[in-house]
Amino acid sequence: MLEIRGVSKRFAGKTALAPTTLSALRGSTLALLGSSGSGKSTLLRIIVGLVTADEGEVSIDGVRVSEETLPALRLRMGYVIQEGGLFPHLTAGDNVAIVARQLRWQAKKIDDRVEELRALVQIPRDALARHPVELSGGQRQRVALMRALMLDPDLVLLDEPLGALDPIVRAELGEELSTIFAAAHKTVVVVTHDVAEAAMLASEIVLLREGTIVQRGSYEDLASRPADPFVTRFLSAHPKLPSVALAGDAERGS
Amino acid sequence: MKRWSHFSKTRRASAVLCASLVSLAAGRDASADESLVVGSKRFAESTILAEAAAEVARATGAKVDHKEGLGGTAIVFRALEQGDIDLYPDYTGTLVEAVLHEKGPMKLDALRARLGEKGLCVADPLGFENTYALAVSEASSATRDVRRISDLASHPDLKLGLSNEFKGRDDGWLGLARAYGLESVVPREMDHGLAYGALASKSIDVIEVYSTDAKIEREHLRVLEDDKRFFPSYEAVFVHKCDLQTRAPKAFAAILGLSGTMDPRRMIALNAKVEVDGASPKDAAREWVGGAKSGAPTARRTFASGLLDVTVREGPRHLGLVFASLALSVLFGLPLGILAQRRRLLGAAILSTVGVLQTIPALALLCFFIPLLGIGTAPTILALFLYGLLPIVRNTFAGLEEIPPGLRESAVVLGLTPSRRLFGIELPLASRTILAGIKTSAVINVGTATVAAFVGAGGFGQPISTGLSLNDSSLILQGAVPAALLAIGVQGLFGLAERWLVPRGLGPRKS
Repeated sequence: MLEIRGVSKRFAGKTALAPTTLSALRGSTLALLGSSGSGKSTLLRIIVGLVTADEGEVSIDGVRVSEETLPALRLRMGYVIQEGGLFPHLTAGDNVAIVARQLRWQAKKIDDRVEELRALVQIPRDALARHPVELSGGQRQRVALMRALMLDPDLVLLDEPLGALDPIVRAELGEELSTIFAAAHKTVVVVTHDVAEAAMLASEIVLLREGTIVQRGSYEDLASRPADPFVTRFLSAHPKLPSVALAGDAERGS
Repeated sequence: MKRWSHFSKTRRASAVLCASLVSLAAGRDASADESLVVGSKRFAESTILAEAAAEVARATGAKVDHKEGLGGTAIVFRALEQGDIDLYPDYTGTLVEAVLHEKGPMKLDALRARLGEKGLCVADPLGFENTYALAVSEASSATRDVRRISDLASHPDLKLGLSNEFKGRDDGWLGLARAYGLESVVPREMDHGLAYGALASKSIDVIEVYSTDAKIEREHLRVLEDDKRFFPSYEAVFVHKCDLQTRAPKAFAAILGLSGTMDPRRMIALNAKVEVDGASPKDAAREWVGGAKSGAPTARRTFASGLLDVTVREGPRHLGLVFASLALSVLFGLPLGILAQRRRLLGAAILSTVGVLQTIPALALLCFFIPLLGIGTAPTILALFLYGLLPIVRNTFAGLEEIPPGLRESAVVLGLTPSRRLFGIELPLASRTILAGIKTSAVINVGTATVAAFVGAGGFGQPISTGLSLNDSSLILQGAVPAALLAIGVQGLFGLAERWLVPRGLGPRKS
C-alpha cells in the first residue's frame, strides 16, 4: 500500500536520511521509532509531501507522490501532529468538517460522518461546539483524529500523537487508538521517539538511527532478538512501559 | 398630468444643468464670470495682502477663492506654476533666492524676464519692503552692548532661534554667517510664530524678524543694524499667471491698482491689528482697500465655541482624508504584506521601501507630489496612504510569520486549497496583529493629516496652520484638541472592532 524506494534527503550537506526502502501493507500499523535526528520525521514529511526527497520515490497504492499527484493523494491521507494541529479560530466541529466543506459535501452527509466519528473516538457532543483552547489535551487529540479520518483515508500518519499528554491520558488514549486502527483497517504510520508509544500504537516498529534503519520487527523481536547493541540500549534507556501497553502487545503477539 | 409635471420637472432640471455646464465651458471669456484663486503663505502679512487682492477683485464681481496658509515658498510657488492658484503675494528677494536659486541682487526687470519663461508675471511693487533682520530682546541687550549684527561675534553666549526656512537660505543665515564670520554659532530652529514666546521665556535671545513685523515695537525688540549690508531687497509684489490679464481683466486691473498704495508703517500697523489685537486678516485688508468690516470688530470667539466650530467645519473633512487614505493603505498594504511573507527576497525589498517612505517628512513628500497632482486633497491622500502602508505591511507580514509551522503544515497536508488556506486559516489567525497594524496606521494618519492644511486641503490642521501664522496658541489648540480626541476615538473604535473581527478561540489579547 505504502512503498518507499531508495528515498534519501540531505539538509545543508548533512545526511538526514540515507537511501531507505520500506513498505507497509494495507491495514498494517507501523511505527518509525528513533531519537531526534534519526530521520524519522524527515521520512514522514517526505511521505506527506512537506519535504521533497533528493532521490528515490514514494508511492501510495501505486501512485507516485509528486507535485501533480499530491492534491488528490492528500485527500486520501489523514495527518495528526503532536499538539493536534487544530485551527484555534474554528470550533472542534468546524475543524473536523473543513475539508469536507471544501469538497462541497452535503450538510447531512457531513453531520452523519461527524456523528459516526464522534462515537468512534468517544467525545461528548457539546465538545464539538467548543474551540480547541476550551478542550482538554486528550479531547484535542481525539478531535484531531476525527479530522484525520473524516474523508475515510487509506493512510493515517501520526507525528508524536501522544507526546503532549499526561501519562494517564496517554495510556488510555493509546489503547483506544490501537483498537480504533485495528477496527478501521487503516494503514497507519506513527512517528515517535517513545518506545511505549510505538509499542502501544503499532504492530511493527522500524527503529532508525542517524538516517538509517537499524531493525524492523515487533516490539518482541526488538527486545528479544536485537540486530545491534544499539537496539537494546535504545529500548532499555526508555522508562518502563506502562502495563496496559505491555499487556496489549503481549496479547497481539500471541 | 402628473406624469407630465414630473417629466417637465426633470427637463427643467436638466436645462439648468446644461446651462451651467455651458457657462462653465464658456466661463473664461464671459466677463460676468471672472474667477480667480488667490493663495497666501503661512503668516499674517501674506494673508492680509492676499485678502486685499481678493477683496478688490470681488468688488468687480469676480468669484474669488482664497487658499490661505499654504506651507512655505516651495508649495505656494508650485501651486502657482500648476495653476492651482492664479496669484499670491511674495517678495522680490525671496523669488530670486528661493525660486530662481540665484545669488545676489537682481533688478525687477531681470526677475520679470526670468519668471516670464515660466508663464508667470510680477505686478508693480506694492510700496513697502519686508526684509529680514535680526533682533535681540531688550532684556538680553540691556546687559550687553549689542547694536549691530557684527557685535554677535563677541557675544557667543547669546542664543539664536531661527525659522527653518531662514536658517537654510543662502540669503538667510547661511550667507549671513559667512559675511559676518558667525559660522561657529549654532542657531536653534523653530517656527517663526513660536519665536516670540521663546524669546519672552528667555530660552533664546536673538531671533530673525521681518522689517514689517508687528511685534518689534510691542515686544520691545532691538533690531540689529545690518552693518555689512548683507540682506538684499525684499519688495512686496503680487506674482501671477501672465494670462490672468486676459482671463479676468476687470479683477486683474483692480488688483494692479493696489501697486504703490502701501507703506511700511501702515503694513506694521495692519500686521499688529491681526497678530496682536486679534483682528481677522480680512478686516485688516478692508481697512486698507475699503469695505465693510465683518461683524464684531476685534473680539475673538471664546475657545469653546471656536473648538465646536472647528470640529463641525473641519471634522468631516479630516475624517474623510484619514479614511480615504486608510482604505487605500489597507487595500495595498494587505497584499503587499502577504507577498512579503511568501517571497523572501521581494519581501525584504518591500519592507525596506515602505520603511524608507515613513522617514520622509510629510511636508517634503507633499512637495514632491505637487508637480504631479497640484495642491489640495489628491496629494494629501497619496502622502497619507504612503505613510499608512508601513504599519499594515509590517504587521500583515509579522502576523502571518507568527503562525505556528504545525498549523500551516496541517492546512497543507489536509489538502486545503491555497486560497482556503490564506482566507480561511492564515489571515484569521493573523487577524489580531493585522488589525493592530491598521489601528496604528489610522492613529498616525489622524495626526499626520493635520499637514493637509499646508497644501490647502483643510482638516484640523487649518486652525493649527492659521494659529501658527497668527501666533495664536488658542487657535492652534482648537485644531490640536479635536485631532487628539479623534486619535483617541479611533483607537477606541478599533478596540471594539477587534472584539468583532478577531475570531473567538484565539485566546486572550497578548498585549
